Amino acid sequence: MRTIAVIGASLAGLRSAEALRAQGFDGRLVVVGDEPHEPYDRPPLSKGFLLGTTDRESLALADADGLAALDAEWRLGVRAERLDTSTREVHLSDGATVVADGVVIATGGAPRTLPGTRALRTLDDAVELRAALTGGAERLVVVGAGFIGAEVASTARLLGLDVTVVEVLPIPLGRILGPEIGAVCGELHLDHGVRLRCGVGVEEVSTSGVVLTDGEVLPADVVVAGVGARPETDWLAGSDVAVGNGVLCDQGGVTNVPGVVAVGDVARWSGQRHEHWTSAAEQAAVAVRNLLAGATVDTHDKPGYFWSDQYGVRIQFIGETHLYDEIRYVDGSAQDRKFAAVYLREDVVVGVVSMNDARHFTRLRRQLGTAALSTPN
Amino acid sequence: MIRVCTVLDLPPGEAVRVVAHVPIAVFNADGELYAVDDTCTHQDASLADGWLEGCWVECPLHASSFDLRTGLPNGLPAKRPVRTYPVVVRDDVVYVDTAVQDVA
Ligand SMILES: Cc1cc2nc3c(=O)[nH]c(=O)nc-3n(C[C@H](O)[C@H](O)[C@H](O)COP(=O)(O)OP(=O)(O)OC[C@H]3O[C@@H](n4cnc5c(N)ncnc54)[C@H](O)[C@@H]3O)c2cc1C
Ligand code: FES
Repeated sequence: MRTIAVIGASLAGLRSAEALRAQGFDGRLVVVGDEPHEPYDRPPLSKGFLLGTTDRESLALADADGLAALDAEWRLGVRAERLDTSTREVHLSDGATVVADGVVIATGGAPRTLPGTRALRTLDDAVELRAALTGGAERLVVVGAGFIGAEVASTARLLGLDVTVVEVLPIPLGRILGPEIGAVCGELHLDHGVRLRCGVGVEEVSTSGVVLTDGEVLPADVVVAGVGARPETDWLAGSDVAVGNGVLCDQGGVTNVPGVVAVGDVARWSGQRHEHWTSAAEQAAVAVRNLLAGATVDTHDKPGYFWSDQYGVRIQFIGETHLYDEIRYVDGSAQDRKFAAVYLREDVVVGVVSMNDARHFTRLRRQLGTAALSTPN
Repeated sequence: MIRVCTVLDLPPGEAVRVVAHVPIAVFNADGELYAVDDTCTHQDASLADGWLEGCWVECPLHASSFDLRTGLPNGLPAKRPVRTYPVVVRDDVVYVDTAVQDVA
């Protein structure tokens, strides 16, 4: 391959560029990203960066030397608008065209929006949200008690705001962590003086506040929506790349179009779209190997892992909770907000979760897929 | 010299965290004792909580592994080494010599 274009200059895109060079690709490498910034890390945006304890510099995913070593052409602040798979052209928003024999799709996700609310996905969003939260606002309403919503609520609480979280589902995070652990996550809000309204939707957001479907009005100076993200696949419309809730790939990130792979939040590998940091980072090396080989010679089937920091509690999870039949606490207790537990399906460990217990989590994750549940020390 | 614990309190495969000028993690890797900075050089995680395999410890947050002999990470996301410190055992007590810090 002579030219490879990586579209999306965030975690998955950067890791792909790094993997291309590490795996010996010495051709022309073009990285296109519609944000004006060099690759930066998103998780701190709702945590330390929003709080003010993590500065802009430490968000960088690569330093100047690291970026220079990639010997790539960076097209930042430029959007890929169209992919023509017959001519292998990527059309950019500045009018330029990149002809590439290999394409890595790493365009991530775009937050679902709700009129009258702010979303938090990008550095610019975070800068604006921080200004709003520290500029005299007193009341914050967060719509959606998912991880980002919960982290924003936690950070805003530390900044001294009065916070209410609204969640349409009866239990926060129930679909990801199951009802028992989801309920514990809900209690974290209450522990810290944040109100949680579950099982009620948002009718509209007006200047006076958030109008709920049950008629209640929550007065608010700032409203943040953390209601998920949709895969950024719009620019692929009209191309031959198969899309359906993400770019459809095999277990190695290979799409239906030769020479086109997809990684990170935008990619649906074997039916699964992971929207987490670690999988985005890990998928890159695998997809790139397959791109360079021209076939699926490598696959990624590690279980999905993520962490979240809320109210001084670190939550870690790996595996899946679909159809588990029991949660077994291995150490600590939910009441203490310090525990490690496993999800069992027919006595096989299918998931591991912990709060403030990295030590047991680290040991228990090794038991995924096994029936032998030895108590770790 | 900082007193860590007795030899009995640090069996093979275990780690202990002590607070010196910074938190330090002391490991017993199959009988060899090693001390390194406890806080990962990537973000905020305690290496004493990590997974010990041979003389490598895997960070519990994003899984970079550090070589306990040199402090060097095996790969991303950590890029910088952790400092290493000599470990001394005297009268069945484990000490860390924080006066000698090595950065690979
Ligand atoms: C606030 C926040 C907190 C998070 N916290 C955690 C956490 O604690 N733990 C965890 O596991 N995960 C967390 N995540 C998720 C994690 O950050 C993502 O999984 C990760 O960023 C995915 O990387 P990506 O490169 O696939 O996508 P993205 O990071 O979304 O990057 C995609 C990039 O492509 C660009 N782009 C999109 N369309 C185009 C186009 N047409 N042309 C050019 N460029 C384009 C976008 O502007 C963006 O820069 C968090 C995410 C957010 C937003
Ligand atoms: S904090 Fe250790 S690898 Fe990220």
